Amino acid sequence: MLLGLYNYWIVVLLMMIGFYIVIAHGNLIKKLVGLTIFQTSVFIFYISMGNVDSGSAPILAEGVARYSNPLPHVLILTAIVVGIATTALGLALVVRIKESYGSIEEDEIQIQDQLTEDKTSC
Amino acid sequence: MLTGIYGLLSASFFVVLDAVDVAFTEAAVGAGISGLLMLAAITMTGRSEAPKRHKPLLALLVVFITGGMLIYGTLDMPYFGSFDAPVHQHVAPRYINDSMQEVGVPNIVTSVLGSYRAFDTLGEVAVIFTAGIGVLSLLSLPLRRRSSKLDESSSENSSNSSQKDQMHEQHMVLRIVSKVLIPFILLFALYVQFHGDFGPGGGFQAGVIFAAAIILYAMLFGLDTARRVFNQSIIQLIAAIGLLLYASVGVVSLFNGGNFLDYNVLAADPIAGQHIGILLIELGVGFTVTAVMIIIFFNFAGRREAQQQATERNSPELNVTQANSTEQKGGE
Repeated sequence: MLLGLYNYWIVVLLMMIGFYIVIAHGNLIKKLVGLTIFQTSVFIFYISMGNVDSGSAPILAEGVARYSNPLPHVLILTAIVVGIATTALGLALVVRIKESYGSIEEDEIQIQDQLTEDKTSC
Repeated sequence: MLTGIYGLLSASFFVVLDAVDVAFTEAAVGAGISGLLMLAAITMTGRSEAPKRHKPLLALLVVFITGGMLIYGTLDMPYFGSFDAPVHQHVAPRYINDSMQEVGVPNIVTSVLGSYRAFDTLGEVAVIFTAGIGVLSLLSLPLRRRSSKLDESSSENSSNSSQKDQMHEQHMVLRIVSKVLIPFILLFALYVQFHGDFGPGGGFQAGVIFAAAIILYAMLFGLDTARRVFNQSIIQLIAAIGLLLYASVGVVSLFNGGNFLDYNVLAADPIAGQHIGILLIELGVGFTVTAVMIIIFFNFAGRREAQQQATERNSPELNVTQANSTEQKGGE
């Protein structure tokens, strides 16, 4: 009956895809995309925990005995909108970084930072 | 494009899992706005990634170890959909059984969002507002090199914009269809906003849908037209008003002798008070979310146009040669 856990495995798979993108890519936009995927995996984790067999959507109606858990829905509902707002903030930062450094590759930015630090120390 | 599909897929996934409210939000956010923002950012930063200099093997190893440990951790978790999972034992039954008597709203998600966890929602609206301010302050600054040249090239500017208008006019079908669609989208957003007590919906979803309609308008009729219709400073004001409306509902309930954001004291009848409170805070949420989404989009799009104009001005010779080459192609 291990198959009953498949929702967690999907979540872990998605989470690891996102995690891999975040740590393996130097491109800042790709990092943000990875973070978005990571975020979605957490959303799915919460929502799948709130699900109940033969339950219905948590809107009170007659003749419905079981509802799925409304609490994760509330948390994730707000988290999605907050997530897009923060992602937009991150993208705005990336755009500004591109404008001032001329690059959005992590290591190139670090090299430039190193150069300016060396100049100021000399 | 792929993020859009991904968002839509996860939205339908949420419907299957009985989370209609969440699905609603994800459909509007994931399928509409997030893909758009990603595209806007990619056009501004260049689409090609530098070739990798380090091998991804180490990262892959870390990922596999973490994933394996997480999967090992899931072995003790309750099965998917089981009714006696610990999650369903503590807080949720109270919401499901008592929210009708205490709040009087059939949609439990709305009653939890607006009433039981109103303080939490206030914080989240504040986060959205702050993110909007952040985007505004990061992207609305003028480009440094450009600012001095701005006055000289205003005439050039106007010719540019007229060209753009022509470009927008070319998409006749799209424009007419969206002209018909936009009022309905706005109407639907209002329905979602005020019907959130009874069906899936509420301030967050309505705000995003409303913003999507306005973004559609801005995309098809040009940013300048959209800016004329929706004044930027008014939109910023609306974002602040939404948050203030939310917080002031809490303060009013304080003055009426209740706790912060305790709606029972807003009217003589507690249930009526709850209704008024939820309606007002959902309105506040809707205001802020709409305004912040519009601010984010306008700033991204405006930044892009500014960048394009700056590059056009920095390399007029390049443009001329390009124009010549296109003419030659036309001649051939």
